Amino acid sequence: MSDLLYTQEEDALRAAVRGLLDDRCDAAAVLARAESDRPHDLELWKTLAGEMGLAGLLVPERLGGQGASHREAAVVLEELGRAVAPVPYLTSAVVATQTLLACESAGAGGGEAAELLGALATGRVIGVLAVGLAVAPGAPLTGVRHEDGALHGELTGIADATGADVLLVPADGALYAVDTAQDGVTVTPQVSLDLTRPLATVSFDAARARLLTPDAAAAVRAGLRAGAALLASEQLGIAEWCLTETVRYTKERHQFNRPVGSFQALKHRLAQLWLEVVGVRAAARNAADALATGSADADVAAALAQSYAAPVAVRAAEEALQLHGGIGMTWEHPVHLCLKRAKADSIAFGTAGRHREALAELVDLRAP
Amino acid sequence: MTDAAELVIRTQELLAAHPPATTERTDFLKARFDAGLAWVHYPEGLGGLGAARSAQAVVDAELEAAGAPDNDPRRIGIGLGMAAPTILGYGTEEQKRRFLRPLWVGEEVWCQLFSEPGAGSDLAALGTRAVRDGDDWVVNGQKVWTSSAHLARWAILIARTDPDAPKHRGITYFVCDMTDPGVDVRPLRQITGEAEFNEVFLTDVRIPDAHRLGEVGDGWKVAQTTLMNERVSIGGARIPREGGMIGIVAKTWRERPELRTHDLHQRLMKLWVEAEVARLTGERLRQQLVAGHPGPEGSGMKLGFARLNQEISGLEVELMGEEGLLYEDWTMRRPELVDFVGRDPGYRYLRAKGNSIEGGTSEVLLNIVAERVLGLPSEPRTDKDVAWKDLAR
Repeated sequence: MSDLLYTQEEDALRAAVRGLLDDRCDAAAVLARAESDRPHDLELWKTLAGEMGLAGLLVPERLGGQGASHREAAVVLEELGRAVAPVPYLTSAVVATQTLLACESAGAGGGEAAELLGALATGRVIGVLAVGLAVAPGAPLTGVRHEDGALHGELTGIADATGADVLLVPADGALYAVDTAQDGVTVTPQVSLDLTRPLATVSFDAARARLLTPDAAAAVRAGLRAGAALLASEQLGIAEWCLTETVRYTKERHQFNRPVGSFQALKHRLAQLWLEVVGVRAAARNAADALATGSADADVAAALAQSYAAPVAVRAAEEALQLHGGIGMTWEHPVHLCLKRAKADSIAFGTAGRHREALAELVDLRAP
Repeated sequence: MTDAAELVIRTQELLAAHPPATTERTDFLKARFDAGLAWVHYPEGLGGLGAARSAQAVVDAELEAAGAPDNDPRRIGIGLGMAAPTILGYGTEEQKRRFLRPLWVGEEVWCQLFSEPGAGSDLAALGTRAVRDGDDWVVNGQKVWTSSAHLARWAILIARTDPDAPKHRGITYFVCDMTDPGVDVRPLRQITGEAEFNEVFLTDVRIPDAHRLGEVGDGWKVAQTTLMNERVSIGGARIPREGGMIGIVAKTWRERPELRTHDLHQRLMKLWVEAEVARLTGERLRQQLVAGHPGPEGSGMKLGFARLNQEISGLEVELMGEEGLLYEDWTMRRPELVDFVGRDPGYRYLRAKGNSIEGGTSEVLLNIVAERVLGLPSEPRTDKDVAWKDLAR
């Protein structure tokens, strides 16, 4: 059975990350940045990734990382979710890193993956898997051709590509590393629902590429599975913030001569939401632990976590908005940052419905 | 006396002196109680050794391995889960010695005379009266939803002893002898066709003052101990995946492909996910308890299970299609236990409706979560500081 609790070290890690985000990542700053043409907070990223060493949590020490596990990365994501932090942690330190780890352990690519893992672990290089954010683990990959040692084609919906130094690009069944700072690579920002995890179109016109593995499917699947599993921890962070903030607000906000939080209609909604958040915590911890321990149940745990966490995070943000009344509709109140992130997250790495379909196969409850 | 090794030795001594194979069941249980191995966290002389609650698992494992009889905690659940902790907390030494041993051994079954036709969720509104008469109290009133009343020797009872006091302050807690001629137990037939519960009419029932638990007028406080223990339903047991009602439906789904439709599949998977998350939440709570840091999750577990049981059993009836139109047996019966697993889908569907009412309605439990876990303010009360007799009824 999974260990569903937090260790003392994980609690200490949480405190450190939360402390930093409290100082450096308040809602007003996130909002101002989201409207600029540099949506990522690269200063914050530098501190998180470089000084605190968090980008390398999943990378073994022999490759220059921290040799920690998905359990610790999940705790970091809970805090980043609470702050809706505009940093490429999930994309670079989790999904790209996990994809490269799969290449590295397959022994393919002549040390290319190992070298990149070391670079990503320092945080000085940001890597992004060039697969649309909506793609679920195991879904077919499309888009790019490999001809004469170079890539051609276009991909859309690539999260955090605008900040990336390296793209991991599946093409014709293999996976390649492509430096973005070269002729033949164009990254064009798209207008994203979630401004804090911006999407971009990436086009390749004879872009030079280094082979990572001839079997892209397995490596990409591993990356997306880690993304789906640990996204649940980010969703937990969002949902928790929404609940806590709404409880605080409804205790203070008076209407009809009493705090609105004393009305049973509201109390029941918040209590119900609390129950669901408690469930997300159990599911998210279970998924992180299953990946960390290499459990045979990891596919089920990841699909279960996304099936449950995604709708709860959206509901938490929607409830927070409604229970804040008019103020919740304003641009300056941060609840819309949570709503946009939560709604985008509900599509990221496959919708809850896609994951339920995957579960049906995994646990032998097949559709008619 | 909390040392695990020492507990094992004590348990083995018990087994050696009273071999389960050749000892009569009740005799074995009495010997186990007297050895302090019944509930090890109870005091010495009262079936325990003053050990940690968690140490019980050591004893239970030893006894189970030796094939020793257990005390059937399901049948005596009310006594064990509700009466015993209340007697331990508020009883006199004499009461503890008189009641706890036969309760634990199962010689005496207990029931709970709390709910009334006019006082369910608002339990403190109860109107059953107890009037002092010499060394006795004379009780008149009606109780309802009383499980096991027809089997019980004793009842825990709350009654109003001061109608002039506000409703929470004029209540006193008693132990009532169910064999008293003034006690009339009538089966209350339910939507399942069975009479699992009873109505209990109390007419001039004389309860000696020696059977009072706690001070006169202190009954509400004493009842809180009982109710808190009623809702502690998550024990040490690990539940496997598909261990609950979802497992029954999943099994049918796998074995009966002809029943499958796409709509049912969507709902089944949604509920499978929710059931698995509820199981993991319970497991997380269990791990917190073992680590010595109980979390607030327990407050919500019953809420979650009630809703899930209702939705899953509702889905199951539809999944059965034409068979879902049938019912196993409407003959009036008096079951000793609620058994969801061994029954048909119609029964499960109907009986699960009670899950969000019994032991605290879901609405009341949501209030408890909102106020005690989230710290939201309570609603203004119009019954505070008003004498019970002046309240609208």
